[in-house]
Amino acid sequence: MILDLRVPLGLMFSLVGLILTVFGLKTNGDAVLYAPSLGINANLWWGLVLLVFGLTMLLLGRRGQKRLENAPPELPEEGQQRRGH
Amino acid sequence: MLNLTAVDWLIMVLYFVFVLGIGFALKRHMKTSKDFFQAGRALPAWICGLAFISANLGAQEVIGMGASGAKYGLETAHFYGIGAIPAMIFVGIFMMPFYYGSKARSVPEFLRMRFDEKTRALNACSFAVMTVFSSGISMYAMARLIQALHVFDGLFHALGWAPEGIFTFSIVLSAAIVLLYIFLGGLTSAIYNEVLQFFLIIAGFLPLVLIGLRNIGGWSGLKAAVPMAYMHEWKGVAHASTNPMGIEIIGIGMGLGFVLGSGYWCTDFLVIQTAMASKNMESARRVPLIAAVPKMLFPFLVILPGILAIGLPTPHSTTVVRNENGVIYHDTTVVSPQVEQGRGLVPAKINPVTGKPMLTASGQPLLDYDMATPNMLLHFFPTGILGLGLTALLASFMSGMAGNVTAFNTVFTYDLYQSYIRKGASDRHYMAVGRWATVGGILLSIATAYAAINFNNIMDTLQLVFSFVNAPLFATFLLGMFWKRATGHGAFAGLIAGTAAAMLHHGLTLPIEARTGVHGGWIAVLHHYPSDMAQNFWGAIFAFGTNFIVAVVVSLATRPRPEAELVGLVHSLTPKPARAHITWWKRPEALAVAVLVGAIAVNIFFY
Repeated sequence: MILDLRVPLGLMFSLVGLILTVFGLKTNGDAVLYAPSLGINANLWWGLVLLVFGLTMLLLGRRGQKRLENAPPELPEEGQQRRGH
Repeated sequence: MLNLTAVDWLIMVLYFVFVLGIGFALKRHMKTSKDFFQAGRALPAWICGLAFISANLGAQEVIGMGASGAKYGLETAHFYGIGAIPAMIFVGIFMMPFYYGSKARSVPEFLRMRFDEKTRALNACSFAVMTVFSSGISMYAMARLIQALHVFDGLFHALGWAPEGIFTFSIVLSAAIVLLYIFLGGLTSAIYNEVLQFFLIIAGFLPLVLIGLRNIGGWSGLKAAVPMAYMHEWKGVAHASTNPMGIEIIGIGMGLGFVLGSGYWCTDFLVIQTAMASKNMESARRVPLIAAVPKMLFPFLVILPGILAIGLPTPHSTTVVRNENGVIYHDTTVVSPQVEQGRGLVPAKINPVTGKPMLTASGQPLLDYDMATPNMLLHFFPTGILGLGLTALLASFMSGMAGNVTAFNTVFTYDLYQSYIRKGASDRHYMAVGRWATVGGILLSIATAYAAINFNNIMDTLQLVFSFVNAPLFATFLLGMFWKRATGHGAFAGLIAGTAAAMLHHGLTLPIEARTGVHGGWIAVLHHYPSDMAQNFWGAIFAFGTNFIVAVVVSLATRPRPEAELVGLVHSLTPKPARAHITWWKRPEALAVAVLVGAIAVNIFFY
């Protein structure tokens, strides 16, 4: 593996979570906006959930990426010739 | 009218930036054709596993399963419990050792190793054509949905462009993005983006289900709001007349579970390619099993929105009179006739000429079930999270397309170009061919999408033809992997006979309430099925059976290959890999048992 997928994944969800959280905070109490979602500030709550998920992934991913870079190249499977990465 | 604000656009653009960013980040690692077509065979199992289901989680899945949920209720979950999980366990435990162990680079290439050149050519050609058309259909469906939801209307209005261009704009935008990230990062890029999209679907649909359930009064509220048959997966399944889909247990078990489900999950290179990209045999075998875990839970995410949409009250035009400080206000909400004639949040289909709702043969309004899930999004999501939901929808369309495109470029380059057009060129040359095959495949898909506008029936017809080709496939692989006597001539003859049997069955039968033509009966009507689903399942059973019998008979009449050539390709001739070094609970078999127990539990819950 060349790029730990959890890095971009975590980064994207952290940013989406952040956008939703900030927007949710700004619009908190806006009864008209949140009428469709039954009065629940869906942006704020779901934004926070995504933010936590994104940051967790980012943390795990950065750790994984470091391990990828420090580790010696993985041993090829028996009998299998490996080219490239 | 859909009102998207800057937040919605920000989320959508952010997603596109990440999708393309992954492509650019991976570009410098694409050094050999193995990197490009097979992701270097170096990915961890969990990534491949999520991509495995995500490749299938395209438009047909998200929109189609919601539509089916609205139409048939929880019985739709059979597509998961019977149609997917057992096949995924089977391919992981029993078939992956041959796919991965043979070092074949594609499913058609495996057929050449096991059988012969003509069987591979037949499979490669039909597969290449199908992937291009499927991604074209996916593109067409996406552009139509974008039009129906008015996603880009505001943008077009602001820019002063004519709204007629929305269809083309949607197609060109999605095609350009998919093309770019596959061109740059090959299969790795497609797989990474499929995983991204997997999480995006959950992020977009889980809050929808939660809010929807809360609105209707939880699980018990949902049960009270829809007909009883809607909430049972198994009840009434013994007879065709007592369940909404009109199929009985044999059709489901044999047709959907054994033939169609296995035919798709065990032989379709679209999904198999992700498992073949993983880093070693144990990972490759674990890929479909890992995929089965979220697959079990997906009915909650994609079928429930459809059932909720049917269960919610139908909006009607209302006028509320209120008195505020002596001033009388009339608050009027007007809903269009298609909404008012519909059921729940599922609108009626409107005849574009008369403007009146279309009726079924029995005088009921014809419902536009495909709008069930999209309408749920629009109904419950405020701006902000709505952008997330729409992005998830777009992402699912694009990743469905991407899976088809990477499958196409691999099969085209290895199985057609390298085998029949130019042998023995440099690796660099084949990689360039793969990149340009990506461009060609996407251009052909665009052409298909435009053809679908002009010929109404093209989508139904294409899907019908695919079902003829796909129905018998599983028999060929089953015989190939588990019967060493099966020969190339037998496999080839079986495939042709199976496809012919599927066509014949379709030409001779008709679902009730359907006209002859694309629905069947174009030779003569010998038998009526209670539903098109039943016809489909039984057609698959006939195709499979014919393929099986013809392949066995022809194999016995032809000369078998020497056993030494079949080591690693047939079960009885392949030595068992040593697994003593892996703790028992880490073995794929242990995971398979856990998945099976989970699947049974989910089915009991839905009973």
